[in-house]
Amino acid sequence: MNKSYNNTKATLALAKASFRSITRSPSAVVFTLAFPLIFILVFGFLGGGGVKLDLAVAPESDLQNPVIIALQHTSVVHLITDKNNAEIQQRLEKGTIAGVIDVRKNSIAEPAYLANVKYTSASMDKGNILKSILNNLMYTLNTKDLKPSVAELKESTVHGRTYRTIDFILPGQLGFSLLSTGVFGTAFVFFSLRQTLVIKRFFATPVKRSSIILGEGLARIGFALIGALFIILIGHFLFHFTLVHGVTTVLNMLILSTIGVIVFMGFGFVVSGIAKSESTIPPISNIITLPQFLLSGTFFSIENFPNWLQPISRALPLTYLNDAMRQVAFEGAGLWDVKQQILIMVIWGIGIYAVAVKVFKWE
Amino acid sequence: MDKTNTIISVRNLVKNYADFTAVKGISFDVYQNEIFGLLGPNGAGKTTTLEIIETLREKTSGEITVDGLSVDKDANEIKRIIGVQLQAAGYYPNLNLVELMELFAGLYGVNIKPMEMLEKVNLQDKAKAKFKALSGGQKQRFSIATTLLNSPKIIFLDEPTTGLDPQARRNLWDLIIDIRNNGTTVVLTTHYMDEAEQLCDRVAFVEHGEIIALDTPDNLIDQLINSGFERKKEVKKANLEDVFINLTGQEWREG
Repeated sequence: MNKSYNNTKATLALAKASFRSITRSPSAVVFTLAFPLIFILVFGFLGGGGVKLDLAVAPESDLQNPVIIALQHTSVVHLITDKNNAEIQQRLEKGTIAGVIDVRKNSIAEPAYLANVKYTSASMDKGNILKSILNNLMYTLNTKDLKPSVAELKESTVHGRTYRTIDFILPGQLGFSLLSTGVFGTAFVFFSLRQTLVIKRFFATPVKRSSIILGEGLARIGFALIGALFIILIGHFLFHFTLVHGVTTVLNMLILSTIGVIVFMGFGFVVSGIAKSESTIPPISNIITLPQFLLSGTFFSIENFPNWLQPISRALPLTYLNDAMRQVAFEGAGLWDVKQQILIMVIWGIGIYAVAVKVFKWE
Repeated sequence: MDKTNTIISVRNLVKNYADFTAVKGISFDVYQNEIFGLLGPNGAGKTTTLEIIETLREKTSGEITVDGLSVDKDANEIKRIIGVQLQAAGYYPNLNLVELMELFAGLYGVNIKPMEMLEKVNLQDKAKAKFKALSGGQKQRFSIATTLLNSPKIIFLDEPTTGLDPQARRNLWDLIIDIRNNGTTVVLTTHYMDEAEQLCDRVAFVEHGEIIALDTPDNLIDQLINSGFERKKEVKKANLEDVFINLTGQEWREG
């Protein structure tokens, strides 16, 4: 009995129990891993191609001519050759194809072919791209044998890092994963532990309150980091997510994740304190997570938002986590380079924990 | 039994809540190695009294010592020598019984073999089950097992048999008597007078936050009889519960 009580042992026992419990909780696994991975898979497969134009070829059109062959070699254009006129007309009206092309051998010698292109007002933006592609293609074909009379255009492309959709989407999904783990997980766990008197039973043991918070926190951070690592590795190996400095970049991302999840857990503590019943936790949590999910540049860059919305976006902590993650992963920034973003997250953290201390309830 | 050794002493305990007084200055002693019962209707103040002794609740005034330790100054020391079973407490979700035992071992800072603890309450077959999946009697037995982890000097059981069927209830009585025979003092609350009569060495009747009687069950019954009380109906040598137990068997069943 005189043996001194070991707080570390108690904290670790709690962390272990909590971690086991989290990994067996379907909602934690779904929110932390499944949802972000589904979004990454969808965008991973969607992305990569950039713009694609569907161009129908009229059924009567000649297919063995330089125009069609050149179009077949243009990666942006996808030729549709198996549709009849009625179907083509229908698609033109709906705007699901950018236009229709009909190439015929000319009855006189020069030019050898006549190409009729019909655009659609239902898809003007793609039509315009198509127009410039065709102009360019025609110019090249027609001037193949001619020397330029004014100036010859020499084109070349600088080879930079390819910025893929995944490079934008993955950090956003990672942030979303951390946000839901932090807010929903923490709120539900502390609410239900309080409600089912688990915490009261803990209080009948010599364990300290700080050990309970710390143990829970360690488990949740551990789970969130494993989730983050999993998301990063799947993104990297399956979808070529850019990690500029390899392992260092991953470590930096995990450090950012830790900061993020600690801040978001603060929201979770607040929700668990102010929720009156288990059924009020999801709406309150959604009020916190949904705006950040939509406005913090998870799916779209916040630069695309209207001007009045941008200040709101720039006030949210997830915006800065996403921003820092993208800079670290794609631009190879170090943690010191994103100190401003980290600072804003820390300020959010201080604010939210100040509120949490006020509203958190043990019983 | 050595009745002179006081292990818990409660003096003039008062507990005020915002709008009412739950405990109105009660005093009593619990002796070492006895089973002490707090009896009374719901809302009489039994649980409040228990939780104040367990250091889970603040008192308004009064003096309480547990094994010589003051609840005001030595709450943490007290927690190390007592075991507490709460009324309707839950356990950490998604963990099986062995894992819960490991958790509590960590919380108490003791090294135990989870399976041995489960064997003590005959739950070794349920080692991999979740707490939620247990029957009422199994839940109570598991709760009691968690109170024994730190080899406590005193355990507190708050309505341990409420909601149990007669077999499970009798099995729990046997378990509680075993625990006492191993040297642990037991303090319990109950609504069931037959339970108190069979189980408790001494009982205190609590009503509206006051103790209205405190003695051994035998003495209390004798006092009543001496005052001229008579049951309206002649008591038979067995009651309906005896019939039930006789018909359905008394073996330890997982019901």
